[in-house]
Amino acid sequence: MATGHQTPPFFKRGLPPAARATIYLALCFSLLVADLRLHYLDTLRQGLTVLTYPLRIAAATPADFVRNAANYFSGLASLQKENRQLKSHQLEMDSALMFTRELERENDNLRGLLDVSKRVGLRTTAAEIVYPSRDAFSRKVIINKGSTQDIEPGSAVVDSLGLLGQVTRVFPLHAEVTLVSDKDQAIPVVVERSGLRAVMFGSGSGLLELKFLAANAEVKPGDRILTSGLDGIYAPGIPVAVVLKVTRDNSESFARILCKPIAAVERNGAVLVFNRIEPLPARPSDELERNSRRASSGRIRQRGVTEAFAGQSAPAETASAPVATPPAPVADASAPAPARAARSSAARSAPVAAASAPAAAGSAPAGREARSAQ
Amino acid sequence: MMLPTHRSGRLLLPVSMVFVWFSMVLAVILSCIPVGRFLAMPDFVALVLAFWCVREPHRIGMGAGFILGLTVDVVIGSVMGQHATAYVLLAWAAIANARRLLWFSPAVQSLYMVPMFFMVQLVMLLLRMASGGRFPGWEYFFTCFTTAVLWLPVYYLLLLPQMRPIDRDENRPL
Repeated sequence: MATGHQTPPFFKRGLPPAARATIYLALCFSLLVADLRLHYLDTLRQGLTVLTYPLRIAAATPADFVRNAANYFSGLASLQKENRQLKSHQLEMDSALMFTRELERENDNLRGLLDVSKRVGLRTTAAEIVYPSRDAFSRKVIINKGSTQDIEPGSAVVDSLGLLGQVTRVFPLHAEVTLVSDKDQAIPVVVERSGLRAVMFGSGSGLLELKFLAANAEVKPGDRILTSGLDGIYAPGIPVAVVLKVTRDNSESFARILCKPIAAVERNGAVLVFNRIEPLPARPSDELERNSRRASSGRIRQRGVTEAFAGQSAPAETASAPVATPPAPVADASAPAPARAARSSAARSAPVAAASAPAAAGSAPAGREARSAQ
Repeated sequence: MMLPTHRSGRLLLPVSMVFVWFSMVLAVILSCIPVGRFLAMPDFVALVLAFWCVREPHRIGMGAGFILGLTVDVVIGSVMGQHATAYVLLAWAAIANARRLLWFSPAVQSLYMVPMFFMVQLVMLLLRMASGGRFPGWEYFFTCFTTAVLWLPVYYLLLLPQMRPIDRDENRPL
């Protein structure tokens, strides 16, 4: 490459190219750091997004037109067939719903009798995936509802089959959903058959991975994985994935478990956004700091557990966050449970397993999302 | 501004900056087209930016690259500064090689542009991998070839306004 033209001294052309490049690159790097590490640029991004919204519309309109035209010619017969299917499906759902309402009322009554906190109330908003994000390095989709329709960052997004992802950025008229298959997305989950708690990460290739489960963990191909609800972000019991392959290697302490998402993660379609009605319980401020000091001094968390039981209603994420270091004593597992639940005998006998450490590790990133959302 | 190419058989009109910026906005619009996971989509913004950096190195440069890069970062939803870094480097390389490139025919120029567009892809890949992104797959690098192939049509399209005759002919307005 040539080094560039030497500026003749009698023409004023400002700084030499190398100096200008240095200045711009320094600016770029500070932007990168500010965006990736410090999350300072959300307002700037919001503003620029609003400014570039007309460009986006201009680009999306022809694409929409092509798609709509294809729909228009899709034929009466197929629509009629779809309509019939939907009607029969609706009928099934109606009958199921009747029983569900009854069960819900009964569940509420029983929970009231046991003095257990009520299930988290959820408000759902229907939305549609407009298009997948152009960014090649992450797995995100854009949905057509935004802050004007009360979509909040951190909400879970599901489709008709299971968990799809989480709202990560909200703009006035659209929102960005990070799919469960994204590499940075961590979900606290529970194995349906064995009640084992774990964390699920995207593997980047469209599949999911169950991490930090012991090599002899009770998981086998075909098991369904549900959300555990420990982080307070995802409602418990949403289907996430089916175990595809379990590789147990004696040389490693953890099993390698690959799962396939249940939801139609890589396709377009209608989705539901779960918004919380009540805000998350307040985060106890000094818990994290104290626990980490204790962990570093070597005396581990018997006291932390008793404190969690003593009556602070510690939300799952904070109570468990400091426990993220791998060697986890069994006693930890009960720490994530809110104190009120801990008082009930049901919660005390909750399945306690080695899985508690992963649950902690997983809820930490999720908790970060929630905090940046607030 | 007369006769920027030595092989050019005709005199070109001076460029209008309005048209330059219009072409860049158009490129940003093209880059918003939702194509899903089709990774080999040409990078229109890099193409237009590099073109004007080569043709008008004293007017379009790293500043334009920086602004365009930020806009694309916002539109695509990638990390702020990812495209900006790559485009600033691209503008630098294009300006540094502008005089040499203008000696060649458009087809050879497009060959010369492949390594520059490859650098754009590589810079973005390195930045994102360093910040914990996933590897998008090898077809990600096809973009630099599809972009370079478009150099030829874009060369004539973007020079069309300058190829108009000086005297307006009433019978042949264009």
